[in-house]
Amino acid sequence: MSQLPGLYNDFIAIFLMMAGFYVVISQGNLVKKLVGLSLFQTAVFIFYISMGKVAGGHAPVLTEGVTSYSNPLPHVLILTAIVVGVATTAVGLALVVRIREAYGTVEEEEILVQDKAAGRLDDEGEDLSGRSTAS
Amino acid sequence: MLIALAAIKLRDLFAVVMLFGIYSFMTAALFMDLDAVDVAFTEAAVGAGVTTVLMLSSLRLTGRWEKRPKHGPLLPLIVVGITGAALIYGTLDAPLLGDPEAPVHQHVAPRYIEQGPVEVGMPNMVTAVLASYRGYDTFGETVVIFTAGLAVLLLLGIQDNPENRPGRTAIGDQRVLRVVVKLLIPLILVYALYVQFHGDYGAGGGFQAGVIFATGFVLYDLVFGEGDARLVVPPRWLHRLAALGVLLYGGVGIVSLLGGHAFLDYSVLAHDPVHGQHLGVLLVELGVGITVFAVILAIFFAFSGRRRSP
Repeated sequence: MSQLPGLYNDFIAIFLMMAGFYVVISQGNLVKKLVGLSLFQTAVFIFYISMGKVAGGHAPVLTEGVTSYSNPLPHVLILTAIVVGVATTAVGLALVVRIREAYGTVEEEEILVQDKAAGRLDDEGEDLSGRSTAS
Repeated sequence: MLIALAAIKLRDLFAVVMLFGIYSFMTAALFMDLDAVDVAFTEAAVGAGVTTVLMLSSLRLTGRWEKRPKHGPLLPLIVVGITGAALIYGTLDAPLLGDPEAPVHQHVAPRYIEQGPVEVGMPNMVTAVLASYRGYDTFGETVVIFTAGLAVLLLLGIQDNPENRPGRTAIGDQRVLRVVVKLLIPLILVYALYVQFHGDYGAGGGFQAGVIFATGFVLYDLVFGEGDARLVVPPRWLHRLAALGVLLYGGVGIVSLLGGHAFLDYSVLAHDPVHGQHLGVLLVELGVGITVFAVILAIFFAFSGRRRSP
């Protein structure tokens, strides 16, 4: 248990990740779900970056008189992941915009109701209808 | 963390998006503290800038207020609690923060740090790893960004909207804003170019430069009238630019193949391998920058050109 303070970075990342996860599964608004997804994503970023940190290390740019650098590999992965993340979020938002144009709403439950009324739910398998009765 | 919590509770989506922007800035500061200068840079430009603008423009299309969910928060909370507990249990064996003996620092990282500046010849190790050692990954990421831009264009398309006539703005004629932005935009663009071409020596590179360059145009579009930026950069150019960036990246790889080396091995590009590496990284970063710029701006145009359906 003495190592717990040293793990606080992991705990912060997990807390943020779970906060994002909660938004994704509990909120009905699709835009809010995407915000939750981005929250989840940043939690992963924080996790990776904190993994690359070396105590007493410097930023990985070659400097005279510095021998200890933080690990550049997680930085590279996350750097590209951030930009890819915004591009995929944009795809999600574009889908939401199209859903809004087709259904007139971005609330998940109202979309389900409309789908049921139109008899479209049977085509998409049993799990969808099963979930809607459970909730 | 508090900001994240507040963002969950609020039902006003406008406030949620704003809080998320603030949260991104805090994350960028945190990255800075963890020695990840390049990442902090990207997060500040992308998270606080581009994401916020994109989310706001999609809110314009979908509506600002969220409805209260019908089911209670108990079941999701239990699921989240169990998952979180399992994850925390998993971290109990994890290496401590800042431990230099952690497995992540053992495998290829020491080689990147020690040999990177010698073999690739640039002080910024992040750029060296990004464009040279991990060139395949970065090529893949560039293609993903290109594909995402393509998907958005397929879904929304860049429409010619009568509301988007040049000179018409949503915020009206704000003289102070216009003067300030007019002063800022050249600085932003020059700074983006600096970031693009100085990425070998300091923090920066194609990804950040592309985003910053696009931000300059987004700002111009927001303040000087929807549609004005389209006169400067016509949307059909953007499609070609996005493809051009990917082709430039791939083309460098093909050239090195023709030179008898592995795909994306830049040593053949000049007589001296280190010079070749340098040139290759520069070209590849340029390709990345062009693609990122074109895709981000095209996505913005696609969202801003859409009219809200009744």
